[in-house]
Amino acid sequence: MATFFGEVLSVYSRAVEEDDEDLEENEEDEQIRRELEEKREVQLHWSPEVSDSLRSGNKLQCSDFILAVGYNAASFLSAYVLSSSNWDKVGHSSVWNERSRALSDQSSEESACVFYRHKDNPSVLMCQVTCYIAEDQLFQWAEKVFDCLQHRGLNVTVLSDCSVADYKTADYLCGSSAPFLRSLHTSAFSNQHVCQSLEQPNIVTGLSAAVLNHCQVHHIAAVVYQCYSDVIGPDSVTMETYKPALTKLGRSIQLDTSPSTDVLRKVIRTTDIQSNLYI
Amino acid sequence: MFISSQTSPPSFKDYTLVMPAVAVGNVGQLAVDLIVSTLNMSRVGFLHTDCLIPMAGNNPYATCKEDAEELHTAGEVYTTAELKLAVLQIRAPILQTKSKKFRQLLVSWIKTSGFSRTVVLSSSHAYQRDDQQLQGTPLRYLITPSLLKVSADALKELGWKEMERVPAYPGLTDTNTEPRLCIPGGGIAKGLYTDSCAEDLPLAVLLLFCSEGDNIPDAFALVNHLNDWLHMLDSHSPEPNKWKIPSSWNLLFGSGIPPALY
Repeated sequence: MATFFGEVLSVYSRAVEEDDEDLEENEEDEQIRRELEEKREVQLHWSPEVSDSLRSGNKLQCSDFILAVGYNAASFLSAYVLSSSNWDKVGHSSVWNERSRALSDQSSEESACVFYRHKDNPSVLMCQVTCYIAEDQLFQWAEKVFDCLQHRGLNVTVLSDCSVADYKTADYLCGSSAPFLRSLHTSAFSNQHVCQSLEQPNIVTGLSAAVLNHCQVHHIAAVVYQCYSDVIGPDSVTMETYKPALTKLGRSIQLDTSPSTDVLRKVIRTTDIQSNLYI
Repeated sequence: MFISSQTSPPSFKDYTLVMPAVAVGNVGQLAVDLIVSTLNMSRVGFLHTDCLIPMAGNNPYATCKEDAEELHTAGEVYTTAELKLAVLQIRAPILQTKSKKFRQLLVSWIKTSGFSRTVVLSSSHAYQRDDQQLQGTPLRYLITPSLLKVSADALKELGWKEMERVPAYPGLTDTNTEPRLCIPGGGIAKGLYTDSCAEDLPLAVLLLFCSEGDNIPDAFALVNHLNDWLHMLDSHSPEPNKWKIPSSWNLLFGSGIPPALY
């Protein structure tokens, strides 16, 4: 497409690109494709204790699975829940995709998607995801993780970050309304609501959607709490928005209702380093 | 693949399946939305596959507050028993590397379900039409030999225009190269059609030349065109715009604007 000034722009289309996939593909191409696909596979690494029990056919006994997707949600768990030091790290998952750093160090990869288990109540499992999981890996991630969990009596709570720019509403959103929480749940979920349900035409995408889809077709009670925030990067006000979502789970999780400023500062400082370019 | 949402799996024997191809302007998907919402069809199951990018939302066809809270996913099947009609709605793009696998899954599901015929709604880039395609109506059809056998008379009566084959090298009159089928921007429509020809599946593709933008008029054109054939709605009804726009179509162009602007 050419514009008024003559420069040629490529036209964006929502349609899937027409590719000549029917053309004969040579063996080498096929091998490269296969190897790439293998490399993109989602890997789960459990602690020796957990992998032993999984190997013997015993799935993880789990009554509550709390999944935090995004920096705010993950930091919320770090500051309000995990700080009580009642949690054991039981595993992590690793994904390789176009946004993985070529020379990423082992520790940062291991901390991008971590599973924790409650010390006193081992049926409470928690997962923090801060890495990018590509579109073709989402389905697989949900399949693999839920394959390790006992489905009976399982309750899934997903906390997820979202930009308020992605929120559609007929009324103009004034600045003071963000951050706010919206929920979306599977038909097996029957608890009462802590916030408004996500209005059409808003949708949930990414890992939360993959988890919801999986839970819906497998009749697992699951709810996603999506926090719409107007701040890029973790901040304490946005994190606080998640509080009502977890106070509902009070029986299984001790929520540290007022974390010390030291804890919060530590969580927030990590992103400050990148944003001091113009100071 | 197909997972029933009811206690007993639905029977699709002798049903007609209508499904979209994710294509230019999402015209097929919009047309399917109109069918589901107008005929008040009920969801019978999900298309749960790794070929679709996951998404979820509340009921896109909600009519009141009570039925708004219901989880809907990227691939869902709806039916209406009176018309013996089943509709597959696809709400997310197909992963590019998995489009072939998706087509294979669909073809095998269509075969095992016993649908009497399948209609794929698609669209194609208007700017890539050749000279012969520029003339007349923007609507085209394609039909597999096995469906042509039973629907030849109906098609003759409708007087539809078949999708033209285009020369492989435009401008060159080489008798050795056969003109080929080309649906630019048509998503899996072409692949599904060729697969169905090979598998002897009764399938038709209805498509429309269009451009990206406000594609609601295109969706109406396509669904009316389909209705001429399938008679889902009484075409002699007095109201001109009898299709019901689903509630999820609002805010198509974004949120409300700040009142302080004026």
